[in-house]
Amino acid sequence: MRRGWFLPIAAALGFSFLYAPIISLVIFSFNESKLVTVWSGFSTKWYGELFSDPQLLGAAWLSLQIAALSASIALVLGTLAAVALVRFRRFKGRTLFSGMVSAPLVMPDVITGLALLLLFVAMESTLGWPRGRGMLTIVIAHATFCTAYVCVVVQSRLSDFDRSLEEAAMDLGASPLRTFFDITLPIIAPALVSGWLLGFTLSLDDLVIASFVSGPGSSTLPMVIFSKVKLGVSPDVNALATIIIGIVALGVLAATILQLRSRPKKARA
Amino acid sequence: MAKKPQLAVDTRPWRDPKAKPFVRIRNVTKKFGDVTAVNDVSLDIYKSELFCLLGGSGSGKSTLLRMLAGFEQPTSGTIEIDGQDMTHVEPYNRPVNMMFQSYALFPHMNVEQNIAYGLKRDHMPKAEIAARVAELLALVKLQDYGKRKPHQLSGGQRQRVALARALAKRPKLLLLDEPLGALDKKLREETQFELVKIQESLGVTFIVVTHDQEEAMTLATRIGVMNQGEIAMIGEPTDIYEFPNSKFVANFIGSANMVEGVVTEDEPDHVRIRSAELGCDIYVGHGVDCAPDQILWWAIRPEKMHVSRDKPEGQFGANVTKGMVEDIAYLGDMSLYQVALDSGKRVRVSQTNSIRGNPDAITWDEVVYVSWADNAGSVLTV
Repeated sequence: MRRGWFLPIAAALGFSFLYAPIISLVIFSFNESKLVTVWSGFSTKWYGELFSDPQLLGAAWLSLQIAALSASIALVLGTLAAVALVRFRRFKGRTLFSGMVSAPLVMPDVITGLALLLLFVAMESTLGWPRGRGMLTIVIAHATFCTAYVCVVVQSRLSDFDRSLEEAAMDLGASPLRTFFDITLPIIAPALVSGWLLGFTLSLDDLVIASFVSGPGSSTLPMVIFSKVKLGVSPDVNALATIIIGIVALGVLAATILQLRSRPKKARA
Repeated sequence: MAKKPQLAVDTRPWRDPKAKPFVRIRNVTKKFGDVTAVNDVSLDIYKSELFCLLGGSGSGKSTLLRMLAGFEQPTSGTIEIDGQDMTHVEPYNRPVNMMFQSYALFPHMNVEQNIAYGLKRDHMPKAEIAARVAELLALVKLQDYGKRKPHQLSGGQRQRVALARALAKRPKLLLLDEPLGALDKKLREETQFELVKIQESLGVTFIVVTHDQEEAMTLATRIGVMNQGEIAMIGEPTDIYEFPNSKFVANFIGSANMVEGVVTEDEPDHVRIRSAELGCDIYVGHGVDCAPDQILWWAIRPEKMHVSRDKPEGQFGANVTKGMVEDIAYLGDMSLYQVALDSGKRVRVSQTNSIRGNPDAITWDEVVYVSWADNAGSVLTV
């Protein structure tokens, strides 16, 4: 059968719709001119400018810390939730719990952010903790929605986990704890890594929730960029965006590769 | 293959009432909620036996095996292995190893690491582990495959790695869950003999779960036929095939023609059964525990019957009936005739094709006589 011209053109249009803005942003980050929309020659000077801007660098460092911390917390909590949901086959409210775990995936960020803000305020006035809003509250907020993502990723890996592998290990003399570290953990490790990477990139991206729960002096990178753009786009933001796109793309790529690698049998069958 | 008197230590310990069983399952019941998977099973298995648990899916055979391994706890009853009560011992503390149906090879370890895993848990010195692994690889003929990962092996090789891993710790008892189930027919036949050879040379007691009766017949010293959580019959392969104790066993093992009949003569040395389905009397040349006018069943294997164009003598005016050949299945070594009797009952008779391309063979729509010897069938009351 001859392939028509329609599909390739549709695909080309679709992809350019998705990627043209990003490509133009990357190109203009190497623009000489101060005017964002006028090309006047190749230069990397905005990257230099970027690295001498303490406000941006500070925000970037803060964002990276928050992303790493919240992804790690989410990894532990999400894995525990996934194990409970997959392994304890039938308990009361299992369906309810698994529905509730994935609800944050579809919850609008504005609502999540607002709800968390109200919670933090209420907690501060009654418990006295967390005192004020800042990095800690952002980490907690990010950890909550990242937990949902980690849980979903780990759950799918665990549900096609062959239980007889663990039984075989115990049969050969390994205690349940030993079995978990020798067998279960190595086999689900790719899902853990991709869950962590997913959490990391999501946290790095988030603007809305962070805006609700951050306090003075704890502006994350997306927040700083957003506020800068409100005063007019400056080319160093383009440079920064290019770097972030690079990091996120790498993270997603690594997560995808690990997910694919974790199912060698299916891929080869 | 099943019995090799010259090889086994003590050939048939189950025939000796004084012999001490190695595995003792007493009144074991296992319930999952309302479902009774295993119902009051008692079973003795002797040292160096290759015992097959044979049954369909849901017969409870795998549950029984899992209780022996310690993955399930009996609801009631006890399991003793080598004189020790193992009913509530954790799987990792039992002198028992298991070969899983899916093989359950650790995908992130190579063949050597898989085999060594159990030995490492016992804190065996490294040099000894290496020696034992090499020995096992030689046993299963995989010397050159030690560094491969499971996914780089064929099905048959994986099966052998699983066997080597299960044997590594020199278990007193090896449990095998459908050990040949995932192999294709040709490979399965080869592997069957290899498995028996390994079992005999090591003298380990094997308990094999299978749904494949041919496999059970080939492998086993004794077979336990399971049905709906209960043991239907325990016996040597020939007992199970030739002398089934119930309709279930007669139908489950091999194929059988089964008819209903009424006892008309009940003598110590013979029994006569009138069967409307067969359209003749059945003369059984031995005494049977039954009463006159009792309704019972009579089962006969297809190869124990004979088809002919001429009417044979028959015995005591019985054991001969007439019908028409309705269908013939040519299997090469033999042909299977489906004969429709006058009553409408269909019986299956197999005949060895001893003459090459016989031009005079019985063919479709021929009227034939079906006959059998007076000891060819089994009288069944349950």
